[in-house]
Formats: sequence, structure tokens, C-alpha cells
Amino acid sequence: MAIVRRLTRFGVLLTLGVAGSVSAQETPPPAPPPAPPAGPPPITVASGAAGRNYLNLSVDGLIAVGASTEPDVPSLETGGHDPAQRGFTVQNVEVVFDGAVDPYFRGQANVILQIDPDGETVVELEEAYAVTTSLPKGLQVKVGQYLTEFGRINPTHPHTWDFVDQPLVSGRMFGGDGLRSVGARISWLMPVPFYSELMVSAQNAKGETATSFGGVAGDVVFGRPLDPEDVKSAGDLLYVPRYAASFDIGETQTVVVGASGAFGPNGTGGGADTAIAGIDALWKWKSARAEKGFPSVKVQGEAMTRRYEAAATPLLPEDTFEDHGGYLQAVWGIKPMWTLGARYDRVGGDVGDDPADPAHLPRERASLEGTWYPTEYSKLRLQYAYDDRTGLADAHSVWLQFEFLLGAHAAHKF
Amino acid sequence: MTSLILALKVVATTPEYAAIAAAVGGDQVKVTALAKPTEDPHFVDAKPSHIVTLNKADVLIQGGADLEVGWLPPLLEGARNAKINPGGPGHVRASEGVQLLDVPAALDRSLGDLHAAGNPHFMMDPANGKIVADHLCEVFCRLDAASCPAYQKNRDAFDARLQAKVGEWTNALSAFKGKPIVTYHPTWRYFAARFGLVSEVYLEPKPGIPPSPPHLAEVMQKMKEQGIRLLLVEPFQSRKTAEAVAERTGATVVDVCQFPGGLPGTDSDYVALLDADVKAIAAALAAER
Repeated sequence: MAIVRRLTRFGVLLTLGVAGSVSAQETPPPAPPPAPPAGPPPITVASGAAGRNYLNLSVDGLIAVGASTEPDVPSLETGGHDPAQRGFTVQNVEVVFDGAVDPYFRGQANVILQIDPDGETVVELEEAYAVTTSLPKGLQVKVGQYLTEFGRINPTHPHTWDFVDQPLVSGRMFGGDGLRSVGARISWLMPVPFYSELMVSAQNAKGETATSFGGVAGDVVFGRPLDPEDVKSAGDLLYVPRYAASFDIGETQTVVVGASGAFGPNGTGGGADTAIAGIDALWKWKSARAEKGFPSVKVQGEAMTRRYEAAATPLLPEDTFEDHGGYLQAVWGIKPMWTLGARYDRVGGDVGDDPADPAHLPRERASLEGTWYPTEYSKLRLQYAYDDRTGLADAHSVWLQFEFLLGAHAAHKF
Repeated sequence: MTSLILALKVVATTPEYAAIAAAVGGDQVKVTALAKPTEDPHFVDAKPSHIVTLNKADVLIQGGADLEVGWLPPLLEGARNAKINPGGPGHVRASEGVQLLDVPAALDRSLGDLHAAGNPHFMMDPANGKIVADHLCEVFCRLDAASCPAYQKNRDAFDARLQAKVGEWTNALSAFKGKPIVTYHPTWRYFAARFGLVSEVYLEPKPGIPPSPPHLAEVMQKMKEQGIRLLLVEPFQSRKTAEAVAERTGATVVDVCQFPGGLPGTDSDYVALLDADVKAIAAALAAER
């Protein structure tokens, strides 16, 4: 029995085990004062997979099956990783690489594979960035392609969501793939007693992942065709400030509140800009005797408003469109590995110059979900949603979603 | 620079490391634990307030056997504190120098939630408590050389108290050598190995997998065959499941905990916690005789 352990790192022979095996009548001799530590500090091994690999690797698969009374499922589901058709959808297969780059940076890449309704495999480089780990004064810089830190849902990946699909407001403001682009972000963790973080991103404003801004040439927003311009000055980039604060209420409750903005030129040209402002809040209660994180209750909401300047075209005058949206959701972690959730979505406001374009019509949706997690590496989720759409048929939808995670243990942000 | 430090700010992922840090650090350190003693240490929320705590820390003590893998990495990234990052002067892996049990021969999650480095519940063996105290004393001395004599004095006092108690505990449990126990999760393997008990039957069919009726039937069968009369349950584990099994087998449910503060009178005191655990187990074993 290994009751004597040699601690080679310190070159000290520990004999507690021996002392421990003697009877209580013998008073153990007082330990001699050890020599002061000498030599260089021990090198600690990096965490993650017990430090056995330079790279953590994982594959997360998200598959949905279900049906809707609306045959045109993409008109219902505004997310690029939402169910895309009646029957089966490969929502997202996400390959994640992450690890310490060196003592100064951590790196991560999320490569997404999808199978579109025509059976074609689509590859997306969703994120690929490095983030500093050791800048002084509470500063942190992130560089690369990343999901913009606006609100609570936008910076997260579909498999971490509490529902099968993204909120309607995400699709309306940021498009199917969320707001993400190449750029850099600086963040400051303020030296105050509570969590208080201020960050600002500067990113490219063009492309299919910046739909409210430059967007893609030929796409139509508020009835206006887009023709995004190249960057001529720093003013042609997208700027996204965010502030978030958090407080604990006693041992078991936590509140996080945030405010975000996104400002940049849009693709209608002529110096027209878009401004999006959002507020978000999360309240969570978790039992002090939580087993696997249950029971718990989580209430989360976001509200956003968009001001879209549209430049004059040969046929249309200069105009400004304003719309808004939000969601409120509650998820009850009933007992270990079981949750029940409800979400209410609402979007509305100006419809723009093409009143028939469903992308800007008012909508409301109510969703109910129940999830069973066999382990933290898999889940099975059933969701029902009722859509109330202006100008289009109302719809009832039922989706069953399955997730599996292979490889490195996922670590979840709050 | 170290002379400017008034008190080392020490953060421990779980309360047993915090308790030992407080014992060794004394008045020279200010200790905070991230996990509550009554919650499941595998599933702690990565709350933003923890980011603030870690940002200001001089020392971080983590288990080092992946127990915190689901919540510590995002906290460390948010904290952006070079002192406590892996490789930093204040980053302490408590498992350094500890002989871990149950190291999986192969990593295969069909066998449950295995930890690649081995069973992370090593602090239930007091010999490992001593290793951690020595380790922390060394780290504190390195970061705050002026207070080193005080740290060494505190560490020696902790060792002396622990060693005296280990003798007492060994004595108290010596009559029950070879007695099998049932636990919810393989948390008590190190404790059992130290004190001569046998911990090989669990309510979980595989580590991290919730109890299923067929598995519980198998457990009850084993309990009858092997005459297992003790069922250990921790604050965050389902006492209802344990009670149902105990009722059908005539066994006793014993409330124990891995973390100081999880049992009455054990707040911030590693030795008092093990003392309470040993007393509860010894009393239940004695009553079953």
C-alpha cells in the first residue's frame, strides 16, 4: 500500500501515511521545520484534458426532425442553424479546436458543417480567433473572425441555446448566421467590486454575416437593393460597444444586465448608416444543493431597436426605417437532467418599401420546450411553437432535436 | 514587489482547498472558495462575480484532475490574470505530487464521465491534505517571503493537528477493516483505501450517469450478498434514491460531505470535516454490528 508518497517535485519524503497507521496513543513527533524553498518555481502543466494535448478537439452534432403546418419552413425559421424543412435537418455539426497558443494567447476555431436541403455539404468558418490571457489593468484583446459580443444570444453557438431555434429578433437584426465578422475587440474589466465589463469591437461591416450593415451585393433590405462599398476609412467599419454588469443576490441568485450597440455603414450606399441598440438581462436561481446544476430557474430577455438609413435610389427617396423586437424566455431545471422552458418572441416596426417582403412584417411567436439530458454530452429536446404572422398564414410547428458531443468537455460561460 | 502585498488573495475552486489555504496562510491571506460546499463540484456556474474574484487573486488553487473542467476555463479567460493562469506563479494544481487512483487505461465515455488524470476526489485521504498543505506553504513562501516563517509555523500546526487526528480516525475505523460501503458516486475511494473500507459499489451505474432502476436492483442484490449496511450520501446527491435503496435492504443512510461547511460545525475546517465524516461512518458501522 502506497502509504509513503515521494513528492519528487519538492524532494521531500512525506511520512504522514506512516504516522497515520500508528495508534492514537502515540503522540506524533512534531514535524521538523522544513528548509525554505529553493530553486526555480515548479512549472505547472496547462489545464484541459489533463494537459496531455496541445489542442482540445470536439465535435458537436445537432440534428432536428419535425414538421410545421407551414410548408415553407425557411419563412418561419429565421436562423441559418434552425430546422430548414419538414423532416430531418442537420442543423449544425461544429468542430471546435481550442487551446493555449503560448503564455500570451488562447486560440479557438469553430468550423461548421451543414447539409443543405439539396444534400450539399456547406462549410463555414464560424469563428477563428485568438484572445490575450495576460494583459495588465484588466484589459483583453481578441483578434480574428468571431461572433460579435452583442446581447446574450448572438455570441453563442446553437448547441448552447435553450430552444431548438434562435429568437426571431436575432434573425431580423443579424440574419441567419448572426452578427459576426473579422475584426478586433478590446475589453476592460473595471476595477470595481462587482462584475463590470466594457468592450468595443471593430469589425468588417460587409458580407452575409453583417446583414443590417454592408450585407451582400444584390440582397434586398427594407425593399432597397444592397451594393456595399469597400472600406475607405476607419468610419467604414462596424463598431460594437457593449457594457455588462452582474450582481449576486445571496448565495443562490445571480443577475446579469447588459447594453449593446452596433453602428456601421449599410449597403444602400451614399453614406447611409445603421444603428442597432439592445438591452439584455438574465436572472438565475440555482439551489445551494444543486446536483448536476439542478434544480434551477433561469429567466432571460433581450430587446433591440434598429434605425436603418436608406440612401436615395433612382426610384426611391432617401428614407429612415425603424423597427424593433425582443424575446423573453424562462427555463426551469426541474430535476437533474430535465428542463422545461417557454419563450415569447415579438418583432415589428417599419416594413420598408416592399410591403410584401416577409422579412420585415410584424410577427409574434410562442414556444414551449422540454429537454432531457442523458448526460452533459447529449440531449433530446421537444419543442412546440405557434407563429402569429402578419400577411402570412399562422403556423404550428413541432421539432425534436438531438445533440451529441464528442471529445473535449465543453465549458459553458454564464 | 512581494513586500508591498498586505495579504495574499487566495481563491480555491472548492472549499477543502480554501480551508487548508486558510489554515496555512493564517492572517497573511484572504481566502475565497468559488464552489459552495453543498453543491455538485462538477457543475458550478461560471458566474461573472467569480471572474472579478479571480481577476484580483494572487493565488488560484484548483484540483488539477479535471473536476472543474466544465466551469473554470471560461472564468480564467474572463479573469485575464497572468498571476493565476496555468504557468503563472500563483497557479496551484492541488493534485501535484498526489498518487491518483482510478486512472483510466483508455478514454471512453461509454464508461461514464471518466477523468483522464484519475479520480479527482483525492482530498478524502488526509495524507493528500498534508501534501496540499505543504504545496501551499511552498507557494505562499515564494510569493510572500517575509511571512514565510509564519506560513511554516501554521503549516506545522496544521500537520500536527491532522496527524494526531489521523491516528484517532485510524483507531476509530480499525474495527471495521474490509467492511464494504455503498456510495452514490466514486467519491469515497481514497477515504476507503486510507481507512481499510471497501468502496466498490455505487448508486450511479457509471461515473456521472444517474441511477437507473435496473442498476439499483443490481446494487440491492450486491448489498444483500455482501452484507453492505452503509450507504453514504452527500448534500447535493439524491437522498430520496438512497433512502429507497436503504429501505429495501435494511441499510443505513449516512450523511457525509467532501467539503468543509457541508456538514454542521465544519465551516472552513478540513480536519473538522474529516472528523465529522469519520465519526458519522464509524457510528453507523458500530450501530450495524
